[in-house]
Parts: sequence; C-alpha cells; structure tokens
Amino acid sequence: MRDVVITGVGLVSSAGEGLEAHLKALACGTPNTDAASFEPFPVHPAVPLEWDRQIPKKSDQRQMEPWQKLGCYAAGLALDAAGAKEDAALKGRMQLIVSAGGGERDYAVDGQILTGLRQADNPGVFLNERLMGDLRPTLFLAQLSNLLAGNISIVHGVTGASRTFMGEESSGVDAIRIARERIASGQDDIFLVGGSYNAERPDVLLIYEMGGFLWKKPYASVWERPAQGGGMILGSGGCFLVLESREHAAARGAKPLAAIAGVASDRSRRKPDSVETALHDLSRQLGAKPDTVISGATGIKAITDEERATLKDIAPGAAVHATGDLVGHTMEAQAPIGVALAAGLIAGGQAGEALVTSIGHWRGEGAIRLTKA
Amino acid sequence: MALRDKQGRPLVAVTGMGVVTSLGQGKDDTWAALTAGRSGIHRIERFPTEGLRTTIAGTIDSVDVEPFCAPLLSERLAMLAAEEAVGQSGLASSDFPGALFIAVPPVEMEWPQRAALARASGQDGDVTYKDLLKAAASGEFKPWHDLFIFGTVADRVADRFGTRGSPISLSTACSSGATAIQLGVEAIRRGETDAALCIGTDGSVNPESLIRFSLLSALSTQNDNPEGASKPFSKNRDGFVMGEGGAALVLEDAEKARARGARILGYVLGCGEKGDGFHRTRSSPDGMPAITAIRQALEDAGLAPDHIDYVNAHGTSTPENDKMEAMSCTAVFGERMASVPISSNKSMIGHTLTAAGAVEAVMSLMTIGTGRIAPTINYQVPDPAIPLDVVPNVARDATVNYVLSNSFGFGGQNTCLVFGAEPKGA
Repeated sequence: MRDVVITGVGLVSSAGEGLEAHLKALACGTPNTDAASFEPFPVHPAVPLEWDRQIPKKSDQRQMEPWQKLGCYAAGLALDAAGAKEDAALKGRMQLIVSAGGGERDYAVDGQILTGLRQADNPGVFLNERLMGDLRPTLFLAQLSNLLAGNISIVHGVTGASRTFMGEESSGVDAIRIARERIASGQDDIFLVGGSYNAERPDVLLIYEMGGFLWKKPYASVWERPAQGGGMILGSGGCFLVLESREHAAARGAKPLAAIAGVASDRSRRKPDSVETALHDLSRQLGAKPDTVISGATGIKAITDEERATLKDIAPGAAVHATGDLVGHTMEAQAPIGVALAAGLIAGGQAGEALVTSIGHWRGEGAIRLTKA
Repeated sequence: MALRDKQGRPLVAVTGMGVVTSLGQGKDDTWAALTAGRSGIHRIERFPTEGLRTTIAGTIDSVDVEPFCAPLLSERLAMLAAEEAVGQSGLASSDFPGALFIAVPPVEMEWPQRAALARASGQDGDVTYKDLLKAAASGEFKPWHDLFIFGTVADRVADRFGTRGSPISLSTACSSGATAIQLGVEAIRRGETDAALCIGTDGSVNPESLIRFSLLSALSTQNDNPEGASKPFSKNRDGFVMGEGGAALVLEDAEKARARGARILGYVLGCGEKGDGFHRTRSSPDGMPAITAIRQALEDAGLAPDHIDYVNAHGTSTPENDKMEAMSCTAVFGERMASVPISSNKSMIGHTLTAAGAVEAVMSLMTIGTGRIAPTINYQVPDPAIPLDVVPNVARDATVNYVLSNSFGFGGQNTCLVFGAEPKGA
C-alpha cells in the first residue's frame, strides 16, 4: 500500500481565506458570527471574497450560487497551494471527489408562490404557471449536487473524472476515505477532494430547525452548548485538499504537509452511548495516538458530551480544537476542514499526530488520522 | 477458470439483480415488455399538467408512498429492486455481507411541505421564509428533517438490508447508477469487501423537477403520442422523456461467490470514466471525454473494441446526446460500428436519470443471459448523421458475450461499464 500525503489546502470560511489565516484564528479569538441576518439563528458568514481571483470569468460566476462559488474558490486555492494550477496535463488526470448537498432556492419566488397558493382556485395549475414563468433556467444548474464538481472541471480544468458524494457530514469523511483508498491501492495518483457549504440560506436553516437542531442564543462554544439544551450554529465555507501518493508528490517536487494514515467511518444506530462506542472503535481501527484532536463536534446535546468524554479516553492530554468554534458547522465540508487544519498544525510543527473527528448531527461517525509527512 | 483478471484483481461477479420501471416490477416483467417493444411512457396523472410544455413521463404509478415525495418514492423503488436482487443472490436478506453504494436523486423539501409550513405559520399576508422558520420551531414537522436530508434513503436501505460500514450516497447526474456500480467494483477489487449492494433509484417526477428540465429545453414536447415521444437516434428526436426507476445489483468477489455455490449471472469486467470541462450541459465537440471513458472501460476489461457484441446506449433522445454518443462509439469502434447493434432502453422506459445506469446495467446482463437484444422503438425516421444499427423497433436474437453500457451526464460526467458472460480468455 502506498502512503497518501496532503500537498495542498484551499480553505475559506468565516475565519478568512487560506490555511494561515485559519491557524491564526485557531490560536486566538472567537469566531466571526452574524447574529442579526437570520435572527434568532446565529450563523458564521463567509468572509467577502474577490471571486475574480479564482473564478476569472463573470459568466462562470453567474452560473453558480454561493455554495458552488465557495467550493470553486477553495478548489482553486488548493490547486495553487499544491503547485498544480498551471499544470494542465496534471489537472487533466487529477481525480475529483466532492462532498455536496444542494440547493439553493429563489427565496423571493418561493415566498410569492406560497402567498399565491393560498388563494389559488386550482393550486396545481397555479404552481405550474408560476414555476414555468418565474424559475430562472440556470438556477437548476446552480442547485444540482454534482455541479460543484462540474464547475471545478470547467473553471479549473480538473478533468480526470468527478464523483459527488451526498449525505451530510458522512459524505465529507467518505470522500476522503475513498480517495485515500484509491491512491493507496495504486488505482490513481492524485486527487482533489473537498466540499463547501453555504449556511446563509433560510432553506437550510429550515431543514435543521424542523429537526430542532439549531442553536438560537448568542455564540457559545460547542462544548458549552449541551448544558443549555444544545444546538449547532451553521457556518459558510469551502475546503479542498490535494491528496497524492508520496512518490507522486516527490516526483513532481511537491512538499507534503502531512500524511493521511487512515480514514474510518461507520453508521451506528444512534442510542445512548452509541457515539462513544463508535468513536472508540474508529480510534482503535486507526491505531490513533493523537497529541492533537480536531473535533467536528456540533454542540448538539448528548452526542457532543459523549464525544468529549470519549476524547478524554482515546486522546488523554491531547489539545482539542473544535471546527465548530472556529468556522461553525459546515456539514459536508466539516471533515475536509478538520483535515486541513490538522495538516496545517502538523506542517507547522505544532502537532505530531492528529485525529480529526466527525460525529454527524443526526447520523454517521467518522475519524481521520494524520501523521507527519 | 481464473478468478482474477489479467491485472491480478479479484473478478467481480453479479449474483443478484432487481429492477422496477414504468414497464413493470421485477426484471422479468420489465425485460418481457422491453423485448416486446412496449413503451412505459404515458400521460402524467400524478399532478395537473395544465400550463406545462411536457405532459408525459414514465412515472411508476403502482407504488404508493405517504407523504408522496421524491425521497420516499426513491427509497421505495430502491427497496423493491434490492429485495429482488438480494433475494436472487441467496445472501442473507437482512445481514448483507458488504457495503452499500447508492445513487440517489438530490432531494429537497417539496411544495406540499412548504405549503403546509406556510399554513401552520398563520401568516395571512405575504409569506416569507421567516414564516416557514417560525412554523418549523413548533417541532411539529420534525420527521421532515430526516425525510429531506441527503443521507436518509441510503440510511434506511442500509438498515433494511444490514449492509456494512458507512453507506455511500452519490450523484454523477445521469451517470449516477453506473458510478454506484463502479464504486462497488473498485471496493471488491481492492479487497475491502467481498460483496457490494449497488443501487440506482429515482422517483422524482414532480412538477418542479419536470419544469426545471423543461426550462433547459431538455424534454420532448411531443405529448400527443406519449408512447412515441422517446425516439433515440431518430432524425425527429426532440428531447428526453423523464422516467422513474430503481435497479440493484449484488456484486461479489467471484471466488467467494463460487465458493458458496452462488449462480453467477455475469461479470462486471471493466469501468471507465472521464471528466469534461467544456460546458455544464454540453459535451466537448470532439467527443474526447466520452471516447476516453469508453476506451478506459474496454482496457480495464482487458478487451479490444472488436470483442464488444452490443452497446447498451445512453441514447436519451436529445439531439445532442445521440449525435455525440454515435460519434464517440464510431471513433472507438471504427468502421465496424456500422454493424455493432446499439439500442436504447430509454425509447421505452424513458430517462430514469439517477437510476438509468443501474437499470441499463441490469438490462445489459439480461441481454447476455437471454441472447436477445431489446430494440430502439419509435425508429421511423432514421437520422442520416447516425448510420448505426440501432436494432430498430423489433427485438433480435443474438449471441452476446460482451456488452458496453454508456452513461453520460450534466456536469461533464462520462461513465462506461463493460459486462461479460465470462471474462476474456476464461
């Protein structure tokens, strides 16, 4: 089996742009929170970006909604960081796995239709007429899950082949897992892997509010929230990683930040203690002995406490950072962001071995073990 | 016979298949209808079609779910197909010894649910998302969180069949079903799992989905004769017809399948894929990505183009796809392409989108197993630009050992699979 290393990270979120900005924010400060726009729901908003720097054509920008733009932008940063951006041949054989949700909606149109439906003589016919007349044709392409990958292929020329994984937090872990297995087994040499999330959307807030998962008080650390009922604060961001075999990186002179020693994921049937059991199992599978933990804890009651207690067992004495307290919960992008931060800490000598955890808000448990390159 | 391929990887056998389409439930019913040249396309009765440019589809109306919505119907179709497939394989029906890879349509909350939230909000002026959020806070709509997040269909299927590990939900648009199979093949070849349950499912014919495709001018508008609307490779083709379907394949390490005495229905010999960065909905004019995907699939299978007996086409009936697919096949197969049978199941089933690659995989293996090629129906006006043997209108008997199945999708997705009765040189 071949070693798999990370040679590039592209990261944008409420904490800024680039790995350095995030490592700085990790060391100090509280996250950038917008408590007003979606009151009573705080969100961690993406910092304003100069889209032109990674998505040069306005026509491409117009074809994308914010979640795709965030991802496309982060993908460009990762390619730059890996020294791959200008190598068309390399990008032409680079494989792409994206963890994605979907959306977004035209909120004004939805509101008008819902208002009109109430009075409509024939609601079905009214809906047809309004959708035919009011939906922008290109909005569909900005909603389709696999079109983040499609846009990365178009904008950045990454055209080995793309696959899009869905399924909330788990999709981020499994994207990294499958990419790593394909490299380790010799099937492929180099991957661009990651995801993005736009939290500043009433339709995603709606889904999680229906489930009762959202935090509706001023920002508090994920670890403190369970005692007050628990809840997650969604965050906007995007993160892509360039993964390749150690040999492939060496041959093209790319400097690895860290190695991905293992990725484990599973799906427990949630009940009291199932997260604790799952995290112990994952840690054992990975042979993890971390001095640093990057936790994807959501702040949701019970599962966050279980994770915290388990981390004391499996990583005693380790420094524990929560991505939720840096950038918020970024759903499909959470695991990639955790891995990016861990790689940054290892590359900077602040960590020797790191464990990234991903306990999904509703289902799915995953962990990723990173070691020095 | 060796149970490893020429590259030393485990051979991947198919030991169970299941399918449900507008033509029928079960692979035998679907296959009988398909080889009889019968269309499953009809007028949409599920919702009012006044004001729509397209009023026909291959909906599956015999399966009822409550509340009626795309994720629940897709889940039900996946369950039906997987029950048939796992049943045929003889593996444990609730303790499946392997991983789940499932292609699911991207889902979101639908209009009946939005309207219910709007009503519950009590807002009698202009409704906004603020009102919906207010209604959501009541906790009354909690089950809809689970219903409309992306991982739920996979989770429920994994629960039902007891598959191992984290199930993978995926989308590569209209090639998703093929990608689910490809992921299963790769996992078995890497030795991660002895078996994989690979599913493609799509029950998303609802007003908004239909209108979105309609606004992209992707759909046929020949509503007067629904059965005749899907006309792959014909000169008067004018778009695809949406269809619904579910298909499941049980893949196994051939050695393990043989050892437990399973009946092997065929092999997945090769997979190929290539991205296209040309355009969001159109393919590179030179056809290079599709050509590369076909070549990779053949190479992965250890086959030369001359070995392929039949091509199960993507064949959507859109002007663009059928022209590009014919060109790409001709580029790979050369002059011989004029006489290689190529037919499109979509002429009868419609385009089952996320499920199509899996549905067509089952039909490709049925072709091998029965020695009969399903036709391309509605072929009355040949397109002179596509001088191929499309198996026009009537099924044909033939010895078919190797099949190429193509899947292409929006977003530059090109995925090709090669199936065989036996591996080459066995």
